[in-house]
Amino acid sequence: MSSSAPKLTDSETKFNPPQNNRDSEVKSKTYWSLVGKRIITNKSAVSGACILLFFVSISLLAPWIAPHSVDVMNFEQRFLPPGGQHLLGTDDFGRDIFSRILYGGRVSLMMGLVAVLIAGVIGVILGMISGYYRRFDIYIMQVMDILLAFPSLLLAIAIIAVLGVGLTNAMIAVAISAIPSYVRVVRGSVLSIREKEYIEAVKALGVSDFKIILKHVFPNVLSPIIVLSSLQFGTSILVAAALSFLGLGAQPPTPEWGSMAYVGKAFLGQAWWMSLFPGLAIMLVVLGFNLLGDGLRDALDPRQK
Amino acid sequence: MSKYILNRTFSMVVTLIGVSILVFLMMHLIPGDPVTYILGDFASEEAIVEMKSTLGLDQPLFIQYIDYIKNVLQGDLGTSYITGLTVIEEITARFPITVQLALYSLIIGSVVGILMGILAAVKQNTIFDQLAMVISLIGISAPGFWIALFLIWIFSYQFSVFPISGYQGFYSLILPSITLGLGSAGNIARMTRSSMLEVIKQDFMRTAQAKGLAMIPMIFKHALQNAMIPVITLIGLQFGFLLAGAVVIETVFALPGLGSFSIEAITKRDLPTVQGLVLFMAFLFIITNMIVDLVYSLVDPRIKY
Repeated sequence: MSSSAPKLTDSETKFNPPQNNRDSEVKSKTYWSLVGKRIITNKSAVSGACILLFFVSISLLAPWIAPHSVDVMNFEQRFLPPGGQHLLGTDDFGRDIFSRILYGGRVSLMMGLVAVLIAGVIGVILGMISGYYRRFDIYIMQVMDILLAFPSLLLAIAIIAVLGVGLTNAMIAVAISAIPSYVRVVRGSVLSIREKEYIEAVKALGVSDFKIILKHVFPNVLSPIIVLSSLQFGTSILVAAALSFLGLGAQPPTPEWGSMAYVGKAFLGQAWWMSLFPGLAIMLVVLGFNLLGDGLRDALDPRQK
Repeated sequence: MSKYILNRTFSMVVTLIGVSILVFLMMHLIPGDPVTYILGDFASEEAIVEMKSTLGLDQPLFIQYIDYIKNVLQGDLGTSYITGLTVIEEITARFPITVQLALYSLIIGSVVGILMGILAAVKQNTIFDQLAMVISLIGISAPGFWIALFLIWIFSYQFSVFPISGYQGFYSLILPSITLGLGSAGNIARMTRSSMLEVIKQDFMRTAQAKGLAMIPMIFKHALQNAMIPVITLIGLQFGFLLAGAVVIETVFALPGLGSFSIEAITKRDLPTVQGLVLFMAFLFIITNMIVDLVYSLVDPRIKY
């Protein structure tokens, strides 16, 4: 269709877009302000955001609010129960669990963030290519089907087997295992968008594929990406914590929640607080992301409610 | 139907070949020489050459892959460096524990999840609904190892009802199954609720209500049967994820299943075992997904392939 359409001159193509851009800008502002209002009035999103704000704040402020040093050992204060000077008790080296949880938040949240960023960037690009250029679709989706043949934790463990044990490798493993979800979601959205009339119209105007994808397709797949990222953030933290718990991710003495729970497992009978409090922190953060994700889905796509 | 099964089987075979290539390449990317691992650092040059030739490692990668696939098709997944037994023997010995764990978890997860979902849907927007959804969200958000440690602390350390770890028959699988089941119960409850809500609003349900049908038969005979299709999909998918989740839970409870063995194999760099186990678990996951697809038509006669 685009080949038979008459080519327009630069001035002709440049004449209408400013008007359209203004219109779309107004529409976009209205849409996002509406979404903002929906998010603020959504109980699930607000409670999720509050939980996350709390954990992000205490993790960032850890150096100022942590009552004790995170690494200093004090063998006279081993296995102290929660209360008194040590709000959440002490571990087998006499270190303050509360302070280690504050610092551990930095590592666990960072693991989730890095994994989601890597998976998001690669997954969105592959999903766009797969959905927009159908000739690549079959190859990309076949690879994704192969990756989806592994449950995410199993895939992450297999990747760790290749890369070796450690925090960075765990992040990479979690990211790779999250890529197929992004590709599937983005590809699905792009497939429906590329058939829309306005895409046909900009194609007829001779706009390059890159510009079409960036300016017209990407903004329209942003909503599912935001929702997926929120949910995937929680999943990534869970998988990363499980890897650390299995001794494949962060290694002691790094104060990471999963590895703290792993160390505490050996002393569960005498010091339950060593495992249960770091695990509780993981659960609350993941709960926060799940609540936020649910709320965002309701706000961004009310039809799915 | 037979055409669909044929197509599905073909795509499954393609995915399996892809999975085998991926697993084979991944294991060959692992740093370190398996020959050095077997013979030790001080082996003579001749011994290394001989062992490489015995293992076929002196052949080009493609030939090695073909040999590997030939062996796999004959049921030979290699020999474990750790135990000296063949990987198939290890799988045969350990698989019953893992599959029992996954099955019991699936039963617990399905029963609890479906009942919670029905309650939440029937009592929509009441305290029961909110409570059921909060519990299911916590089930999804809590790391499996944390639930496991929490249950061990209560039932093994405080009340001495169940063994702390190890395998002594069915009794020692109860706590691990509850642990794994709670996570999937959350997902199943949410899916059942949303699916039931859609069905409850349909005309035939109003007719059934108008005819004066009692609540329980109306829900179980009419609503649930129609709401089960997405739930069955999820339950089928959960089975695969439970097999992967068993990796963590078996490690916590020191159960001699496939999961704990795969972690031992990774940490000890037992490549043939890792390769065999990953391939076997991916194969199970793919087969389960295919069976789930085929079960649809039995549950819903409207679906014809």
